[in-house]
Amino acid sequence: MAKDKLMDFDKALELFEPVLGFEVHVELNTKTKMFSAAPNPAHPDNHGATPNTLVAPVDMGLPGSLPVVNEEAVKYSISLGLALGCSIAPSSRFARKNYFYPDLGKNYQISQYDEPIAFEGRIEVELEDGTIVEVPIERAHMEEDAGKLTHMGGTTGRIQGAEYSLVDYNRAGVPLVEIVTKPIFGAEHRAPEIAKAYVATIRDIVRSLGISEARMERGNLRCDANVSLRPRGQEKLGTRTETKNVNSMRSVERAVRYEIQRQAAILADGGTVTQETRHWHEDTGVTSPGRPKSDADDYRYFPEPDLLPVVPAPELIEQLRAALPEPPAARRRRLKAEWGFTDLEFQDVANGGILAEVEATIAAGASPASARKWWTGEIARIANAAGKEPAELVSPEHVAALQQLVDAGTLTDKLARQVLEGVIAGEGTPQEVVDARGLAVVSDDGALIAAIDEALAAQPDVLAKIKDGKVQAAGAVIGAVMKAMKGQADAARVRELILERAAQ
Amino acid sequence: MTDLTRLSAADLADKLASREVSSVEVTQAHLDRIAAVEADVHAYLHVSDHALGVAADIDRRRAAGEDLGPVAGVPLAIKDVLVTTDMPSTSGSKILEGYMSPYDATVVARSRAAGLVPLGKTNMDEFAMGSSTEHSAYGPTRNPWDLDRIPGGSGGGSAAAVAAFEAPLALGSDTGGSIRQPAHVTGTVGIKPTYGGVSRYGAIALASSLDQVGPVTRTVLDAGLLHDVIGGHDHNDSTSLTQDWPSFAEAAREGARGDVLKGLKVGVITELPDSGFQAGVSASFRAALAKMEAQGAEIVEISAPHFEYGVAAYYLILPAEASSNLAKFDSVRFGLRVDVPGGTVEDVMAASRDAGFGDEVKRRIILGTYALSAGYYDAYYGSAQKVRTLIQRDFDAAFGQVDVIATPTAPTTAFKLGERIDDPLQMYLNDVTTIPANLAGVPGISVPTGLAEEDGLPVGIQFLAPAREDARLYRVGAALEALLVDGWGGPLLDRAPILGGAR
Repeated sequence: MAKDKLMDFDKALELFEPVLGFEVHVELNTKTKMFSAAPNPAHPDNHGATPNTLVAPVDMGLPGSLPVVNEEAVKYSISLGLALGCSIAPSSRFARKNYFYPDLGKNYQISQYDEPIAFEGRIEVELEDGTIVEVPIERAHMEEDAGKLTHMGGTTGRIQGAEYSLVDYNRAGVPLVEIVTKPIFGAEHRAPEIAKAYVATIRDIVRSLGISEARMERGNLRCDANVSLRPRGQEKLGTRTETKNVNSMRSVERAVRYEIQRQAAILADGGTVTQETRHWHEDTGVTSPGRPKSDADDYRYFPEPDLLPVVPAPELIEQLRAALPEPPAARRRRLKAEWGFTDLEFQDVANGGILAEVEATIAAGASPASARKWWTGEIARIANAAGKEPAELVSPEHVAALQQLVDAGTLTDKLARQVLEGVIAGEGTPQEVVDARGLAVVSDDGALIAAIDEALAAQPDVLAKIKDGKVQAAGAVIGAVMKAMKGQADAARVRELILERAAQ
Repeated sequence: MTDLTRLSAADLADKLASREVSSVEVTQAHLDRIAAVEADVHAYLHVSDHALGVAADIDRRRAAGEDLGPVAGVPLAIKDVLVTTDMPSTSGSKILEGYMSPYDATVVARSRAAGLVPLGKTNMDEFAMGSSTEHSAYGPTRNPWDLDRIPGGSGGGSAAAVAAFEAPLALGSDTGGSIRQPAHVTGTVGIKPTYGGVSRYGAIALASSLDQVGPVTRTVLDAGLLHDVIGGHDHNDSTSLTQDWPSFAEAAREGARGDVLKGLKVGVITELPDSGFQAGVSASFRAALAKMEAQGAEIVEISAPHFEYGVAAYYLILPAEASSNLAKFDSVRFGLRVDVPGGTVEDVMAASRDAGFGDEVKRRIILGTYALSAGYYDAYYGSAQKVRTLIQRDFDAAFGQVDVIATPTAPTTAFKLGERIDDPLQMYLNDVTTIPANLAGVPGISVPTGLAEEDGLPVGIQFLAPAREDARLYRVGAALEALLVDGWGGPLLDRAPILGGAR
């Protein structure tokens, strides 16, 4: 593959105005699928199920099977539409999108076409420095996911050149909401950053609604990024590309930056950008052409005759509206003030994807400072090393309980870290780990004094030095005592006791 | 001993309930009859190898004092468009040869639960596309009245099975007349219920917005008994109506004994003049109307100006939906697969569909794909949907004036096998009277009215009622049936040739 010519980013921005657009697919975490009673693999209970075990006749496109709309998925979609500031259609309809592909059992996808459930909205997107950008939403519509193809043999992992392909229909029929933005103008040099923040905001919204696990690496949240450039001063929009396979926040940012630089180089050379789907390659950080896409793609849409229009009761919509959580940007403003964090401290938490965890830890009794310290410190470190999300490792309640043991003097910071490891390893609550591992601080002065006497006897010169006023010499004895106590002693108390001893 | 196969389902049910006969005996009699006449008729694509076991189980349960339903132990033929777990389901197509479904269609499950004994799967035009059963991939079914003639279609197998006494009850499906037109040409009774009245779950879809499953029988009462078993809401079919339905068997009984014809307003459509029908067909139709009039019915001329566009609209909507519904037959997960050495998955799909589908199916897939294409959608599919609305309005206006509408069920009596096979348009026009009911979703029944004078072949009358008024059809149908059978001195089918040698 020939290497793309890229223009310097700043130079590209001088010559061209980038226009962005996003299609984000959100997998809903309902118990069952969009149109069948099969368990939904996007529900956390069903993650990692054996291929083709979560299927019903309609997911496989078996003869005679019929779809039935999942009412819960409709409610989730309405909530999401409302959270995106959209109007909810009094009546919306499903359509069939017809095309042959082996991951699609029926060879048509049931999707909403000209009558989406939610339309015309806008959301506030907060950048890392606190700047707020407004993103206009065109529509949010319901549809079903396709199955998953794994191409075997061949070198690219793509269908071209594969010897054969495996199909897993577990994903077929997973409820999706596709959120489509209007063109986003005025992003300028912050375009890559806005792209990332937009997807992060969608993630925060669906998480706060509790309607999706929103794990990009699992495909719960998938972003297609549309980028086009137009020369400065030109009214007409340029030709866009749609980059798929962008599976992390960071990739969204990089992919948008890459496309701006690539398209700018083409246009500056007098070339034309091909309207196409492009694939993002995480490892090499480049996009490559997929299949050409044109507006003439004919999916022969027609209203799905097996389903009735979706007509939500106005009371239901109002009920869901009343139950909406606070919008992410407003929530962040409130929490930052409540917790008294500095900009930097708060950004650490917000950008670490652990806002909800910190909030819950504080609600469970920890101080804001200690909650922040645990989640951005030790837990983030372990999660990072294990390639997991912090939230997966430990519950906020356990973190708060752990901090309470520290505050009560039962644990030192160092012991608390060991207890945390135990909790993460699934050994129980912090108290249970303390009991099982016998990790509590020894607060019995008698035991400490015995150990101190032993250490002083072993290093007779130290006592003399201390008596001479060289108090720092106590350090050697503290070390020995801590070692003898297997670390389960409060070093400050040991020091006090040594000095008392020396003073005698 | 009485020939059990000549009894109606209602009579069989009575004898079974009183333990005068066992289900095993009744089932065996029908299996014997099938063995005797199938070489001539070819109504079945598959005969169950365990029907006697099912029957024995019913007998055992009855002997144990279990409270079985009113039709328990009566045999049933099932159109092959309905999927079954214990018998192959092919919808008359090579592409599904030997296909075993992991689940039963709702109507099949309900039939089993009611104690009906499935005898086998009946022949049909491939994917229910046709009016003669000649488009079956497994060879045509023959009309028991004249083996050189078609038994109607697409459900010719179910109608012929019932007419040849190979089953007292059968399930059919009607997308544009596939239950009613075969009833007309075989001297049997067929009902297309209100759209949504009977679950479509497990009926291999032809055109989802038109398909409806219904009963195929020899008497109106039998149809009501079967309709009571299969009807009602099914949560697996979103288009199934949620309302409670009256007993259709009760409605038939009421029609047969009461005076429902008195004051009944029967609409006759001006736009369907007698000249459009074979002489013997309109003569039989007029005679039936005269009999009803004599009983106090009032015949009212009504206008349905858009019916004439019905066939055109139907042959856009049906192929459009069918082209999408039949896309699932791609050889990837089930069904016929033609390997293409070195080929892509698309090559294999194309080769399998080419080998697996017959010409009529391909013709309609091509028509439908074209009609849905960008740039043509509004002109074809869009316009057809508008015609559909206009036809619905014609019905609304008509039912403001009359209780039921009556038409001859089809323009001609049974035509000869091969006569129209090369003329799709002639074949399509055969559905002119039955199609409007599917387009509007209203129920329709075909009841035999006699034989056409010129060819001695059966003729049926079709009654149409407003949506959800299926019971009205049973009342009116049973009333006319009682009058006619009285006049004939016995069922019309007694006059059909005796097949299968001496009995």
